[in-house]
Amino acid sequence: MIGIVDYGMGNLFSVSKALERLNADYFISGDREELLSADALLLPGVGSFRDAMEVLQADTIKEFAATGKPLLGICLGMQLLFEDSDENGLTKGLGLLPGKVRRFPGTNAAGETYKVPHMGWNKLEFVNSSPLLKGLEEDYVYFVHSYYVSAENSEVLLAKADYHEEVSAVVGKDNIFGMQFHPEKSSKLGMSLLKNFLNLVEERKAVR
Amino acid sequence: MTLTKRIIPCLDVKEGRVVKGIQFVQLRDAGDPVELARFYDEQGADELVFLDISASVEGRKTMVEVVKAVASELAIPFTVGGGINSLEDMKRILRAGADKVSLNTAAVVNPALISVGAGYFGTQCIVVAIDAKYDEEMGTWRVYTHGGRTPTERKVIEWAKEAAQLGAGEILLTSMDSDGEKNGFDLQLTKAVSEAVTIPVIASGGAGNASHFEEAFVDGKADAALAASIFHYKETSVHEVKSYLLEKGVSVR
Repeated sequence: MIGIVDYGMGNLFSVSKALERLNADYFISGDREELLSADALLLPGVGSFRDAMEVLQADTIKEFAATGKPLLGICLGMQLLFEDSDENGLTKGLGLLPGKVRRFPGTNAAGETYKVPHMGWNKLEFVNSSPLLKGLEEDYVYFVHSYYVSAENSEVLLAKADYHEEVSAVVGKDNIFGMQFHPEKSSKLGMSLLKNFLNLVEERKAVR
Repeated sequence: MTLTKRIIPCLDVKEGRVVKGIQFVQLRDAGDPVELARFYDEQGADELVFLDISASVEGRKTMVEVVKAVASELAIPFTVGGGINSLEDMKRILRAGADKVSLNTAAVVNPALISVGAGYFGTQCIVVAIDAKYDEEMGTWRVYTHGGRTPTERKVIEWAKEAAQLGAGEILLTSMDSDGEKNGFDLQLTKAVSEAVTIPVIASGGAGNASHFEEAFVDGKADAALAASIFHYKETSVHEVKSYLLEKGVSVR
């Protein structure tokens, strides 16, 4: 059973509908006990990092992460997994993955301006092997974000995308995973990535 | 950078049904929003826009059901516009599964609505739609509201900048001069607005063939382009437009 973390932000509907399309059992909850009982947690998120950290039960998520069961953050939910973000003033994140969330500078090395948010379909480049990327081919996925985690020197990078900066697109370490884009809105590859996550959840459940 | 240019079909929905000349003989029901959405998804549409042109309260309620049904079936982003006047309206549509809402008249009447929406849902959920018409007297493009019926005192470029500052995540820019003419997008207008703001601009109005999309992206500096009738009447397809753009070196998915 997948638990979708409800903390009053984020589009829970589109994520839950994607799980339904994949025939996965899930529940939506903000309750500590219930969330801790899940086989895996999905942390969605739309909105600002600071607002999210204020309302999120950080302790519950960290406690879950410590059990070794899989946790997947999507979009803002992925950013929350990192150390801190400079969105609306520096705010500490969950610190489950090493790295910092920063705003796209909006100006490249040549001094030319570019648009922020990074919005639209961009191609994934697979960097490291992972059960999440197993059997998949590089393709386009749908991004919408103004803040990003630099892919340079990242220890947890699985796939990246290029938008003037090297953007961490899929990250993962042990049982903690994140996707900066919206897999639930990313057509075939997005659904395959979610399917791979669900497979991983089943495999780890069997081992446990 | 490999961010692609987006092609966006627009569907007019009235009382829960897609209206305005849809010629898809292979569909069981040409008025079913879900079936049409799926059709465009399969063709490679990057996003969809549903414009609710219902005149009744009942019709607006039905739109929520349409949104739920589309979100249940499709894994591509979509925007809903038309008749969204308050935070409550935005909540209803976004909670039903839409990814973005588009504000037009309501934003002009009450610009604070943009910041309220952006504060609550994030800027990426708020599209500001601007209907623009060149005005000799003004010496620039004038903003129109109420479906293009009401001229305002606002200038398009200034309004676009203000909307962006207030928290709009995207501008959906319709040229009333070009709309329906099929002679191409208004490139001057599109370029002027795209260069004035740092958020994405969707060009709309005037698409007649694939080369018009190339112009909108290359000369008009648009980030996305929207069209209705040429797709609905099968004068071209999303797939055809994309093949053409690829040939011309424009990055598409």
